[in-house]
Amino acid sequence: MEKKKVIEELKQKFSEKIKGVPVQLGDEILLIERDSLLDIVQFLKDKPYSYSMLLDLTCVDYKGQEPRFEMVYHLYSIPNVQRLRIKVSLSEKDLRIDSLASLWKNANWLEREVFDMFGVDFKGHPDLKRIFMYDGFEGYPLRKDYPLRKRQPRIQLRK
Amino acid sequence: MIGNFVTTRFNYILGWARKYSLFHYPFITACCGMEYMSTAASHFDWDRFGTGWTRFSPRQSDMLVVCGTISHKLAPVLRTVYDQMTEPKWVMAFGTCAVSGGIYDNYAVVQGSDRIIPVDVYIPGCPPRPETVLDGLIKLQEKIQKQEQEWRWKKRK
Repeated sequence: MEKKKVIEELKQKFSEKIKGVPVQLGDEILLIERDSLLDIVQFLKDKPYSYSMLLDLTCVDYKGQEPRFEMVYHLYSIPNVQRLRIKVSLSEKDLRIDSLASLWKNANWLEREVFDMFGVDFKGHPDLKRIFMYDGFEGYPLRKDYPLRKRQPRIQLRK
Repeated sequence: MIGNFVTTRFNYILGWARKYSLFHYPFITACCGMEYMSTAASHFDWDRFGTGWTRFSPRQSDMLVVCGTISHKLAPVLRTVYDQMTEPKWVMAFGTCAVSGGIYDNYAVVQGSDRIIPVDVYIPGCPPRPETVLDGLIKLQEKIQKQEQEWRWKKRK
């Protein structure tokens, strides 16, 4: 199935939930509303679109802009040999989004990473705790306002 | 007179014995481990310099090879490994990350393993060539030979 056809059918079904489909370097990007993420992703995961693989899930901090954060999802369709990028904007005041852990097992750890590095709250996540940083680490290190040279050592350093 | 002679000779022999029986503990966390392996294995073979025994227990080893990036999360582990080693002990900082943190000047990485434990020899390179490692090893052996060979261990800072 052609990707253009997938996007047309998506537009018909979720017309008011899709904010736009810009093309960047030949790839369509699906900009969608936050509350419809689970529905759209479930729709794409089912046949005949079969975007059954979650390649990656991450977050971007556009400090100084509103909305400040943007979640990025990369899906892959094995039978159609296609990739699809989905973006959801999140404002800093309401940094919450639905978890995809019920649809893909790997979303569990990927969302824990985003939670640890950016502080995004995932609703419906089975075990939302930090994955990389140690207990007692304060702040979110991949946010643009985290000080570049700030260190939070666990033990007393020499010198 | 003869007493002094015996003491210096004994000191010298002890240094000679220690520098050629460096049991080492490889604390490998990153890509420098590959270079450690090629240095330790048959092509470059640092057993020629008396560093053949790899001990995977800190309690049986004399030289700690800090090989790779040390993150703040890992720092207490490295300190514990160092504390568990019995005296006499020496530390080799292997590669730029262990020397100074290298390119990783960020929230996660300790800026040099000497911020955690005392280091005896620094080997630069990203990763260092095996020849560089052997050069550093020979320098460490010279240092061990010249050191005062202590019997009763002072508490190190």
